[in-house]
Amino acid sequence: MVDAADALRDAQSRFEQRLTRDERVEPKDWMPDGYRRTLIRQISQHAHSEVIGMQPEGSWITRAPSLERKLILLAKVQDEGGHGLYLYGAAETLGASRDDMIDALHEGRAKYSSIFNYPALTWADIGAIGWLVDSAAIVNQIPLQRCSYGPYARAMVRICKEESFHQRQGYDIMLTLARGTAAQKAMAQDALNRWWWPTLMMFGPPDAESDHNSESFAWKIKRYGNDELRQKFIDQAVPQAEVLDLTIPDPELAWDEASGHYRIGPIDWDEFRRVVAGDGPCNRQRLAHHRRVREDGAWVREAVEAHADKTRARGLRARVGTGSR
Amino acid sequence: MPLFEVFVRPRRGLQHQHAGSLRAEDAELALQYAREIYTRRREGVSLWVVRSSDITASQEDDAPMFFDPADGKPYRDATFYELPSKVRGL
Repeated sequence: MVDAADALRDAQSRFEQRLTRDERVEPKDWMPDGYRRTLIRQISQHAHSEVIGMQPEGSWITRAPSLERKLILLAKVQDEGGHGLYLYGAAETLGASRDDMIDALHEGRAKYSSIFNYPALTWADIGAIGWLVDSAAIVNQIPLQRCSYGPYARAMVRICKEESFHQRQGYDIMLTLARGTAAQKAMAQDALNRWWWPTLMMFGPPDAESDHNSESFAWKIKRYGNDELRQKFIDQAVPQAEVLDLTIPDPELAWDEASGHYRIGPIDWDEFRRVVAGDGPCNRQRLAHHRRVREDGAWVREAVEAHADKTRARGLRARVGTGSR
Repeated sequence: MPLFEVFVRPRRGLQHQHAGSLRAEDAELALQYAREIYTRRREGVSLWVVRSSDITASQEDDAPMFFDPADGKPYRDATFYELPSKVRGL
């Protein structure tokens, strides 16, 4: 008994030292249950956000204004699916099962980013999503590249690299519309009006009210507060809107010389709580679609399994990848 | 004696990278041999050994089918999009 207790204490202190030295924790290392649970929750919700995030933009693939824009949007939505898979893979290194994670999403035990509960009403929304939502995601994700859990950190490195294309193509759409006809510019302004505040909410509630903060900081999963990251995004986005000659929909927005930051008016946190609780414009639609696609695709997963079983039983190998290199 | 592929993690936080292969009686010994053969100069902090026969690899002939679809899609790179010089942080 004493030996087991000693061993646990040793493992705990190794884990603590690793964090102190800013080293990464890897799947086979001992880790506290709470650390594992927190990571599974965060990584799986991050994965769900990527996959649910395919819906608002996916709805515009058939309606993109040119073949080039359509190819770009297809590539972007495909990337989001890929990001979801990197992240589900990272969560699976912690012992999470895909089915459990998806069930948690469907049963409302796991959330996804509240931003994807807003509809993409016009083509300009595709621009605003790429520019604002993906920029905000990058601001959130850059520090996660140094998250203490190795597989998550490495997934974030890949994702951030790919996100920069997403952000640029969004800004490019906004720029084209803003320099277009009066109607096109008005469309861009309308999209900015609708996406600005929900994007600011993506960083989560003010630090003082945030639930999971202190442990996440101690475990070096999280390195910056919600407010700090939100401010970083605002300071980047405001001058970018000026180049577009579009107006940020906030009459109280002002440059604060003393602090060197932009100051904003109050965020409607009631709206945020409503959307997180399930009452945003598209919550039910997003989950219903996810459920339907999963059910509709069940026969494909079963067929693939059956084929793999049959191939194994016959002692054959698939045509692709026959062994030697 | 089966062939094993050896992967070395150069330091914590980085992914394991393929270093080479070796023959060994079993996986345990492969790990010992890998230590002697591939990490004599502090090349890494962790080793993986995998039976080569357990690796499924794409074939030369498959390369066009696998990788050509990625050609001709420069719009997947951020540099495809020209930005006004005044724009910062994108």
